Amino acid sequence: MSVLPYLVAGWIFLVGLYGLVTSRDLIHAVGCLAVTQSSTYVLLLAVGYRRGGTAPVFADAPAGARVVDPVVQALTLTDIVVGATVTALLLALVVQLRKRHGTVDPDRLSELRG
Amino acid sequence: MSAFPAASALPLVVAVPLLGAAVLAVAGRRLPRVAADAVAVAFAGTAAAGALLAAAGWARGAGGAGGARGSAYAVQWLGGWRPGRGGGTGIAFVGDPLSLGLAALVSLLVIAVLAYSWRYFEEPPLPPGSPGTAGAAGRSGAFPALVLLFQASMSGFCLTGDLFDAFVFFELMGVVAYALTGLRVEEPRPVHGALAFGVVNSLGGYALLLGIGLLYARTGELGLAQLGRRLDHGGGPDALVLAAFVLVTAGLLVKAAAVPFHFWLPDAHAVAPTPVCLLLSGVMVELGAYGAFRVYWTVFAGSGGVPPEAATRTFLTVGVLTALLGAVMCWRQRHLKRLLAFSTVAHGGLFAVGAGVLSADGTAGTALYVLAHAGVKAALFACTGILLDRYASVDEHRLYGRARELPLVGGMFLLGGLALCGLPPFGTSLGKAIAEEAAGRQLPWLTGVFVLVSALTGGAVLRAGLRVFAGVGPRPRATAAETAGTERTHTGARNRDRGTDRHRERDPDRGRDGVDGGAERTPGDEVPETGGPLRRIPATMLLVPAALLAAALAVGLVPQLAAAAGRAGRLFAAHGPYAAAVLDGRAAHGSSPPAVGWTGTGAALGLASTALGAGLALLAVRGPLPEALDRVLGPLRRLQSGHIGDYVAWTTAGLALLAALAAPGTVLGR
Repeated sequence: MSVLPYLVAGWIFLVGLYGLVTSRDLIHAVGCLAVTQSSTYVLLLAVGYRRGGTAPVFADAPAGARVVDPVVQALTLTDIVVGATVTALLLALVVQLRKRHGTVDPDRLSELRG
Repeated sequence: MSAFPAASALPLVVAVPLLGAAVLAVAGRRLPRVAADAVAVAFAGTAAAGALLAAAGWARGAGGAGGARGSAYAVQWLGGWRPGRGGGTGIAFVGDPLSLGLAALVSLLVIAVLAYSWRYFEEPPLPPGSPGTAGAAGRSGAFPALVLLFQASMSGFCLTGDLFDAFVFFELMGVVAYALTGLRVEEPRPVHGALAFGVVNSLGGYALLLGIGLLYARTGELGLAQLGRRLDHGGGPDALVLAAFVLVTAGLLVKAAAVPFHFWLPDAHAVAPTPVCLLLSGVMVELGAYGAFRVYWTVFAGSGGVPPEAATRTFLTVGVLTALLGAVMCWRQRHLKRLLAFSTVAHGGLFAVGAGVLSADGTAGTALYVLAHAGVKAALFACTGILLDRYASVDEHRLYGRARELPLVGGMFLLGGLALCGLPPFGTSLGKAIAEEAAGRQLPWLTGVFVLVSALTGGAVLRAGLRVFAGVGPRPRATAAETAGTERTHTGARNRDRGTDRHRERDPDRGRDGVDGGAERTPGDEVPETGGPLRRIPATMLLVPAALLAAALAVGLVPQLAAAAGRAGRLFAAHGPYAAAVLDGRAAHGSSPPAVGWTGTGAALGLASTALGAGLALLAVRGPLPEALDRVLGPLRRLQSGHIGDYVAWTTAGLALLAALAAPGTVLGR
């Protein structure tokens, strides 16, 4: 198995972190968080990959067919649901933040200092 | 499969509050407030009874003679699906005394919070985006529904025996906590705090998931017991195991608010509604540490995992840093909720040290410490909530001497401060004594850390309590920052307006007593969370902290509880027996539990730290710190910048720190 998918997953995680650290816009930051999360999708799917395997749906495949690991796909689906919930909630908070503070620039939010 | 009779109750501990949350989410709006709260308490109480019965059933089984020892772990394979000899999958709930005890603590604390907030949120906060329902404001079940969901996710996190389920419960717990923190969405600060909380914790969750993915890649398993067993069959640890350990531990330590992952906690606690703080500080943060150690013991403690020296080095370093930084920051605060939040950070560090020496008695002591700390810290937050309602401020300097009219609350607050210092016979003192003895055997100076940190945090609470409730010492100097702080009163206007009707109804006598915070809400820098100033402190709001303090006292006084903690520590700090019980249904045999109880040294150290804390508090109320000390500590305070990007950078640095700590002995120098 190629090591490339794992490197890609690591790179996506780091690039998301970089975006979060340098973000000047909270909408952008929430997007970066979603990017960070997508590294977990890549990692999980890479883990379950089998060369020459088909989708793990046995309705139209012979019983002995070589399939990729269905467990990680279930995990990824769950992960996507979790991610959607988190992103929606955080975006709602950003909308509310914009209403109350008049800005979405984290550099201009200083109320919680110290 | 163990013959444990109460095992079948395990899923109910999670399912009942979930069901309750669903019922309230659907029907809550149509129910009057009292009915919605009663329904919530009924569901929470049923789950609490389930957890307590299961724990009590365990105590009977383990305490009984002979073969009953086999039932030390209660294992329930959901849906009857369980791995057989040739493989197969299944998801288990595993109740050992420690996880059952924590689940019971969660449920009891939820009941306390529901009781406390019954009168606290006279008008429960509306869910976002429902301005039209203002007329039915008294009928929303959103808050109790969220609290029940919080309870379900925390109990599930305690009881699950599956790492991926732990991640799902971790995220559910997180999402509910962000929503509860930002409950007052119309205020500026709660949304900011909730956002920082959400971003940092979600990041921790994704690190955890990456670690789970790596472990699955190596072993093809997700259950804690199966993972541990497969790793041990696979030979020694390598870089992949190390990376998985770092990612999983970091994810869980974010929830535990360990340095340098702790920045979200003070921000979230300072802005969350006070009843929510009871849950966040009392038990959610501690669950992060529980998760880290549960995963370490079940997955990484064997021959294929991380060697004990490396794990101990990691946990102790992080724990000591967290404890010291938390204590110093706690001492420097004058915002009471932030002060208590930093004390939670500091105590979280002590928990990591106590359990991080990786011994049965260290774990047992930490368990008792967590139990008693939950009671004390929740009681302190409950008292602070009363102050916030009365005076619209939680600032130590601004409130100077104003709460003299509340001797009962003041007494409880000071008692809580003494308990936090480690005054015997509070449970905090017993837990601290056992944990510091276990830690001191490993490295003698760790005992000093325990004494210093509990003295500083407890002393800070005492200092604030003496100033606020007794007006001891000279009036604190007003600083430039303080005068700037008064600008914030207009944000309270909305709430105050809402409360005016109630103001007119109140009896006019109040104004004549010269009692501050009577007819007119004194401008403060905080937005009160109650609908209007309460006429007098409701009985529930006084009973809850009193009961919590009494419970913390009971933890120290009931010897059966200490003995049970000893057995719980032995069963928790075990690698092989856990897998044998879960996978093979074999009895947990082996070493006898550590003797856990009061010792002369422990009590003396408790008294010493109490004396030190009280002395520091008395010294501090006399005057401000020397300038030099201020200059040294200033940069520490600036780290807490409130900037999400900074917090994420620290989290990344923390990942590197954990890797650097865990690598020697795991992949380097073997």
